[in-house]
Amino acid sequence: MHLVCPAGSPPALKAAIDHGADAVYLGFRDQTNARAFPGLNFTEADLDAGIGYAHARGRKVYVALNTYPGPSGLAGWEAAVDRAAQHGVDAIICADLGVLDYASRSHPQLPRHLSVQGSATTHAALRYYRERFGIARAVLPRVLSLQQVERLCEQDVVPVEVFAFGSLCIMVEGRCQLSSYVTGEGPNRHGACSPARYVRWDELPGGERSVRLNGRLIDRFSPDEPAGYPTVCKGRYRVGGEVFHALEEPTSLNTLELLPRLREIGVAAVKIEGRQRGAAYVATVTRTWRAALDRLETRAGAWHVDGAWQQELARLAEGRQTTLGPYHRSWH
Amino acid sequence: MRLALGPLQYFWPRDDVLAFYREAASWPLDVIYLGETVCSKRRELRGADWLALAAELAGSGIEVVLSSLALLEAESELASLRRLVDNGRFRVEANDMSAVQLLRERGLPFVGGPTLNIYNHVALRLLQEDGLERWVPGVEQGRAVIEDFRAHLATLPELEVIAWGRLPLAFSARCFTARALDVAKDDCGFRCIEHPDGLPLATREGEAFLNVNGIQVQSAARCDLAPELAELRAAGVALLRIYPERTGTGEVLARFRTAIDSGIAPPRAGEANGYWHGAAGMGCVNPS
Repeated sequence: MHLVCPAGSPPALKAAIDHGADAVYLGFRDQTNARAFPGLNFTEADLDAGIGYAHARGRKVYVALNTYPGPSGLAGWEAAVDRAAQHGVDAIICADLGVLDYASRSHPQLPRHLSVQGSATTHAALRYYRERFGIARAVLPRVLSLQQVERLCEQDVVPVEVFAFGSLCIMVEGRCQLSSYVTGEGPNRHGACSPARYVRWDELPGGERSVRLNGRLIDRFSPDEPAGYPTVCKGRYRVGGEVFHALEEPTSLNTLELLPRLREIGVAAVKIEGRQRGAAYVATVTRTWRAALDRLETRAGAWHVDGAWQQELARLAEGRQTTLGPYHRSWH
Repeated sequence: MRLALGPLQYFWPRDDVLAFYREAASWPLDVIYLGETVCSKRRELRGADWLALAAELAGSGIEVVLSSLALLEAESELASLRRLVDNGRFRVEANDMSAVQLLRERGLPFVGGPTLNIYNHVALRLLQEDGLERWVPGVEQGRAVIEDFRAHLATLPELEVIAWGRLPLAFSARCFTARALDVAKDDCGFRCIEHPDGLPLATREGEAFLNVNGIQVQSAARCDLAPELAELRAAGVALLRIYPERTGTGEVLARFRTAIDSGIAPPRAGEANGYWHGAAGMGCVNPS
């Protein structure tokens, strides 16, 4: 089972490779990828250096081109596919039918992975992408239970990659317009959820802080309360007379304890979320998962979750809480 | 320009559903979309019931389309979808690539629903090859996007635009109604039946914001494109989609019908039209 780690920047790429990632995924510095944040991502020179560093150590580099261009924008995404191919990346990760179609015709030898943004949750949907575009792998949305992932693996349409650790998208990826509804910009078209320029923090009398997204109140925090990034899904709202995290609490997905099961059912790769995080974060998470995977390879029968691993991961988790998320039925 | 009644997004008691659609047969509409698009656990009407209703409505001269789920997770849901696709009579609205695949394997024409991610002309052309004959663009896609499609594709399919209702914004594995009522999803007691127009969600300062509807999150604001009628016509939109609500849907349809027939756009009644104008969906351009 491969470990696929995020690289939002050249230092993060180096950290991931140094600490045992089998592959890193990254994006160009534009809206062709779903983490189009200022200060993140790779220039072409960065990409060349990153590929050189990874390939010299026998690791792979994937480029995410997983946003959805409009008709006039498509040529720009096609050019990004060409760039990725010319630089010799090991795979591209795409969601849009137009981008996949172009890649499969123009660069048939370049492996194509279906992005989580493609929202494929059944073997019928996976068959579509395999038959139409010859995808080599699919990243599953964070909505399926472990049993459902298992059923999908049994069908063996394409190898699957699942999210293992990091921020938890509560909605089906590729099917969430909450950011777009509030700001006009969202992950699908613009590659960013709740873009920073729409976020406004205000200090209130008494030390409280409020956070708004394009003027809409997402949450208020008391002085000693940790405050997370204001995506719409993680705000507190009033429903039926009560104020609570009506959609999702700020927690991180952590499936470490499911690792032996994921391997057993035939998951091809586990993915760490977090291209928006720094090199230190990537180093710690990668090192921890590498250790867990290595122990699984060598001592599968005696595998157990090491308390130190969980401590390391919990320290980095959003809201300092972790969940098995949708893999576990009770979360639903 | 024709009027389409979109699929019922909420969960109503069986008798209420049947009464609603019997009344709908007398409304000034051309197309009705029937079936469950949100949650497979909502089974006040089974597949056979929907088909019987479809036959009844088709008998009164209405075009009937069978809508399918936007999110499929279980094998049983795929089996239901297969039965829907194999109904042998009515066209299907595909709301997920699972449905597209089953339809294309059988060579059946279909309607591309608003949750298929069709953002450019190549995606649309590929789906036309697969059998897409009518397209309901996603909620984000407004006038300029449709013009952009037209500039890049010689033959567009028939276009249907969401013109009235709370917008379907997001889908999840989690049931937000169950979460709000503090019950487990697997043991939800089908409590969304108590909320025939969903559960309103407001900000902490009391501003209406979203609407919780099972695993779906909707806008609280209703999209209303009746005042944009001339623009819709100029964009070549063939059908306007009206989403059902517990009350007032007949009046909404009558308002649109009058506007279409007279060519006079009515004053604004719903709160939002931002997406049509290329802005944030919750916004309202030219509010008066």
